[in-house]
Amino acid sequence: MMTTTSIAPAAAAAEGASRGKTPRRRGRMKSFYPSWFFIPAVALYVVFFAVPTFASFYFAFTRWDLFTAVPIGFDNFVQFFQDPQLLNGFIHTFEYGFATSAVKVVLGFAIALLLTGPIFARGYLRAIIFFPVLLSTIGVGIMWKSLLDPFHGVVNAALGFLHLPQPGWFTDPHLALVTIMGVDVWKGVGIATLIFMAGIVAIPSEYFEAAKVDGASGWKILRTITIPLTRPATATVITLSLIGGLRSFDLVQAITNGGPGFTSEVITSVIYKEYQAGYFGLSTAGNVVLFIVVTAIMVPLTAYLNRRSVEL
Amino acid sequence: MKREQTLGRVKGVVAIVVTSVLFIIPFIFVILQATKTPAEASNLSFTWPTEWRFFENLVEVSNYNDGIVWRAFFNSILLTVFSVAIMVVFAAMVGYVLSRKTTWLNPIINFFVLAGLIVPPALVPTIWLLQGLGLFRTMPGLILIEATFGLSFCILLFRAFVGTIPRELDEAAVLDGAGPIRLFFGVVLPLLRPVIVTVIVVQSVAVFNDFANPLYFLPGDENATVQQTLYEFQGQNLSFYNLLFTDVLLITIPPLVAYIFFNRQIVAGLTSGAVKG
Repeated sequence: MMTTTSIAPAAAAAEGASRGKTPRRRGRMKSFYPSWFFIPAVALYVVFFAVPTFASFYFAFTRWDLFTAVPIGFDNFVQFFQDPQLLNGFIHTFEYGFATSAVKVVLGFAIALLLTGPIFARGYLRAIIFFPVLLSTIGVGIMWKSLLDPFHGVVNAALGFLHLPQPGWFTDPHLALVTIMGVDVWKGVGIATLIFMAGIVAIPSEYFEAAKVDGASGWKILRTITIPLTRPATATVITLSLIGGLRSFDLVQAITNGGPGFTSEVITSVIYKEYQAGYFGLSTAGNVVLFIVVTAIMVPLTAYLNRRSVEL
Repeated sequence: MKREQTLGRVKGVVAIVVTSVLFIIPFIFVILQATKTPAEASNLSFTWPTEWRFFENLVEVSNYNDGIVWRAFFNSILLTVFSVAIMVVFAAMVGYVLSRKTTWLNPIINFFVLAGLIVPPALVPTIWLLQGLGLFRTMPGLILIEATFGLSFCILLFRAFVGTIPRELDEAAVLDGAGPIRLFFGVVLPLLRPVIVTVIVVQSVAVFNDFANPLYFLPGDENATVQQTLYEFQGQNLSFYNLLFTDVLLITIPPLVAYIFFNRQIVAGLTSGAVKG
């Protein structure tokens, strides 16, 4: 983990010193770190997170009205993969997660490279790119929905002025999901940039100087030093944006509500719709599908990324 | 060197132009919308308002539906303060013991912390559970939910930071006669101040901006949070774009203030543990 770097020599020395003490002394200290300190957090976690998660694996196989649950086997899942609305949501979740994540990695890295190099007005640029991260997603959705309005929106007015085509950003079935992904990137690229900047700044400047002395080109430095040594940052950005992208809900809800038709539906919006319609079993089945999708992607990916990560 | 400087300046100017188009114009658009008359705002055009109505819009938003906006602000602040307070104390206790002592419990807890970051919450079963506990549609219920969902991220930050505090300090405190509770709350917790500030700021913004959890677990007008009112506002009436954007503007103020005052802590929180947005 990157955080271990900051512990540095002082803490390492402290560690060494306390290791030097007799085991008795260490053992005595142990009782001053009581395991019951875990209890409050564990209680919350078990009751409000673990129990519902485990319960979902039961309720997903039932017809359920919150009071009585009638077991119906795999019917909910069968329906999930037959209904075009639900199936669309399933497929779009992958598209959304991978596309936004990939764009955030590339764009975030490029911007970070630009902002860590010599550039005028660096502070302003950093602030302005990061700020949307802190905004309310619903607010951002409302704002872009107005800006991208096909008939009155500012964006299309500008495009019309330049005699360019004026797409129906979120009313065109082929474009709606892409538009939402674009807004997602607009809002979230700041955090990717921030993490990449931290990664790039952490590379010792000697490496760059040595490479320059050896006459390496900018492209070569980027390929052999910057990219490999920012691997932990890349891993973090991929993990974060994938988790966020696969679970994305607010923006879809604010901009299109899954429409037009089912063309911008994702699993989370389907879960909400089925819940609203009172199909609690089906909604929970959606939740289980999302659980499986997210863990099936994230567990191997995190293992892979951590194995290959460079200790800084 | 001279050439690099000019190049940096050119790049900077280009970047300023691009970011202005992509970021500044949308923000100005929001402000302009919030100052227009209903008729003008519904045009959605990027024009100067013919009639400056920001104050009237503010009053109108305030009075809308018996002042639901201010009730929502109150609810959101209540939710944020209590859930973040719980997160900080509980997560600090876990992160501290996790970092100081290695037992058979550590790998188990670490596993569940990571699971808490990755696994999406099971929504309807959580409603079922809250209903069973009599906490569905109640503020305390939502506070506990938000606190639980934020725990994992906070624990990671605390665990990393406690590692940087020398153990000698603990031993000195113990020699001076402190018990486990005084050791933690009297000695260690005050030293965690930088990371506590980070956790508070990052999680406050997250809880304040949260939309999905209140939507599921605290439906209803009387308990609405600010994100809820914004969403409802949008759904209800499209002839009041000026009021909608006044609301957007109001809701943007708290994160803006947090950013101005705690920029450094936010950056630290998002890059050091760097496991969640």
